[in-house]
Amino acid sequence: MIPLTWYLILSGILFSIGAVGVLIKRNAIVIFMCIELMLNAVNLAFITFSRQLNSMDGQIFVFFIMTVAAAEAAVGLAIIIAIYRNKATVNVDDINLMKW
Amino acid sequence: MPYFFGCSYLDLIGYVLLFPLAGTVINGLLGKKLSKLVVGIIGCTAIGLAFILSFFVFIDLLHLSPADRVFEKDYFTWIGSGSLEAIAGLQVDPLSVVMIMMVSGVGFIIHVYSVGYMQDDDGFYRYFTYLNLFTFSMLLLVLANNFLLMFIGWEGVGLCSYLLIGYWFEKKSASSAGMKAFIVNRVGDFGFILGIMLIFVTFNTIDFTEVFHAAPEHLQMGGFIATMITLLLFVGAIGKSAQIPLYTWLPDAMEGPTPVSALIHAATMVTAGVYMVVRCNVLYTLAPFSLTVVAVIGGVTALFAATIGLAQNDIKRVLAYSTVSQIGFMFLACGIGAYITGIFHLLTHSFFKALLFLGAGSVIHGLGGEQDMRKMGGLKKYMPTTYKTFLIGTLAIAGIPPFAGFFSKDEILLEAFSKGSFLIWGLGAFAALLTAFYMFRLLFMTFCGKSNMSKHAEAHVHESPMIILIPLLVLAFLSIGGGFIGFPTASAISSFLSPVIGGGHHGTVDGGSLHHVSAGMMFSMMGISTGIAIAGILIAYLMYIKNPDLPAKIAKKFKLIYTIVYNKYYVDEIYDATIVNPTVKTSFILWRIVDVRIIDGFVNAIARIVELKGEVLKLFQTGYVRNYAFSILLGGVIIIVCSLILL
Repeated sequence: MIPLTWYLILSGILFSIGAVGVLIKRNAIVIFMCIELMLNAVNLAFITFSRQLNSMDGQIFVFFIMTVAAAEAAVGLAIIIAIYRNKATVNVDDINLMKW
Repeated sequence: MPYFFGCSYLDLIGYVLLFPLAGTVINGLLGKKLSKLVVGIIGCTAIGLAFILSFFVFIDLLHLSPADRVFEKDYFTWIGSGSLEAIAGLQVDPLSVVMIMMVSGVGFIIHVYSVGYMQDDDGFYRYFTYLNLFTFSMLLLVLANNFLLMFIGWEGVGLCSYLLIGYWFEKKSASSAGMKAFIVNRVGDFGFILGIMLIFVTFNTIDFTEVFHAAPEHLQMGGFIATMITLLLFVGAIGKSAQIPLYTWLPDAMEGPTPVSALIHAATMVTAGVYMVVRCNVLYTLAPFSLTVVAVIGGVTALFAATIGLAQNDIKRVLAYSTVSQIGFMFLACGIGAYITGIFHLLTHSFFKALLFLGAGSVIHGLGGEQDMRKMGGLKKYMPTTYKTFLIGTLAIAGIPPFAGFFSKDEILLEAFSKGSFLIWGLGAFAALLTAFYMFRLLFMTFCGKSNMSKHAEAHVHESPMIILIPLLVLAFLSIGGGFIGFPTASAISSFLSPVIGGGHHGTVDGGSLHHVSAGMMFSMMGISTGIAIAGILIAYLMYIKNPDLPAKIAKKFKLIYTIVYNKYYVDEIYDATIVNPTVKTSFILWRIVDVRIIDGFVNAIARIVELKGEVLKLFQTGYVRNYAFSILLGGVIIIVCSLILL
């Protein structure tokens, strides 16, 4: 059986890739995908612990996160499309009007 | 006992208050839409009904035996807090009945007069609203059965006085005079309310009957508490009744319409102080020192105001100073323990002073607003009825028998003399001499001699309409006959009022009835009083009819004295310099430095700090999503690191 640590390391790596992607990427769609990546990294950690502890709690959490992520994706993509229609770009560095 | 739908009139006492209040509400809310005639009828009817009811109440009271002539009607508990229980209740006893009849009676006459006098004024309904509200407050003042309710009436009349003095508020002098009256009265009211608090602390009740019953046991004769209570209450009376040192507002109050001067500033409100002292006579009798203060202030004011009256040229101001002086007489009477005589003088004064003011109003009306007596003269032939009634009023105030003022004033002087207060008697007698002089000076300057009117005024001068003359005639009749309710002494009025004196403890004080004076002394005093009055009239005659140049010569010869008296002893100027201006300056400093700099500055500084903080923090809002995401990540990392270290 594959030890627990490997799963967690994989989860950590995926999460870090996602986080770094959010910080350095300029394309809003890519940032969005990175966020999904972070969410799924967390899901993986949940599943791992759920198996390890013989408890269903973690898996229930994952279902919730997937639901929320689906809804979030719908709203987020809608916002991105709306921005694109206005500004003809999804480059987040150009979307910086919301400031003092 | 006459019954009205199965209950005695005493039970209906509340309606005496309700009628004027209803008049106020109707005229106040709807008056603008109603015609002047309707407003006038509503205003007069309200007071007329109150008077009729008062009269029936009086008849009812007469049917009871003298010892039982106290009727209290409690309506509801107004304030109940701990041991303080203020009940909204009315008390009918000989004193309050006499007062409500006077207030509603004279009030009714003046209301009718006002319909004629204010006919051309735009604020007609406003005027009648205030006047009805005033009558309501005054009736509440005299009918209340506890100190707090009396205080409500006390403040109510003060408010109406303010509103009516400043009735022509577009005139600067009128609105200032209103404020002056209100502020000066505040000084007195402060003492009054302190007195009420001290009464509550001492007796644990503010009900008249309970306080006056408990007083003889609770308070030591001449003790500190008794003296303090009575002096504080008297401070209130000084303010309301315009005595030294708070009299300065009354002459300025003449800025109001003349019927207002007659009702509020001569007949009723300004005598509230006298009523209050008589109402609390049990307390005053326990404090001989306070009584001395009352008598001295009364006597000095009587003389002081009379001297000012000698040199004034404004017809209403002379009457105002004479009011101050006459109220001084009433306090003088109270101060020597002759409470009933004080009330007697209050009544006769209300008749003849209302008459004089209304007469003056008729003159002012006829001359188109002229108030300076130097621009009058010879009006006798233009306004015969006004002249005759005014003459009656003048004779009454001067103290010529058998007019009303003679009996009451003579009785005051007789009381003072027979009680051995010769100094007080001297003050009073000299003031009486001056009164006779300046009142006849006024009469001669206005109605006799040659005309000093301007051409324009002379062309327009006319006798007033009947609606003005009839009230004058009624009051003239009262000024002639009014004195006989108190003559011979110890008669109708004093036996009627005597149960009120001493709070039911008969025999503790003599109620000011003159059983102890021999007839010989009484008649010789009457002779002296009459002599004094005639002397005053003669001097006035010599100076203003026989020898019209004499006053100017005398004024020139005693220039210094004349200037001082003419300028009212500079009392207003002294008050301005010592009290008003320092207060204004201090207020200015408080405003400009304490309020604007310190208090506002503190608040502004807090706002400025918040603003500066915002200036710094706004730099973090870059608009780049990446920065925010980095902050979130950084925050998450910091939290995790912290929790790892701490655990």
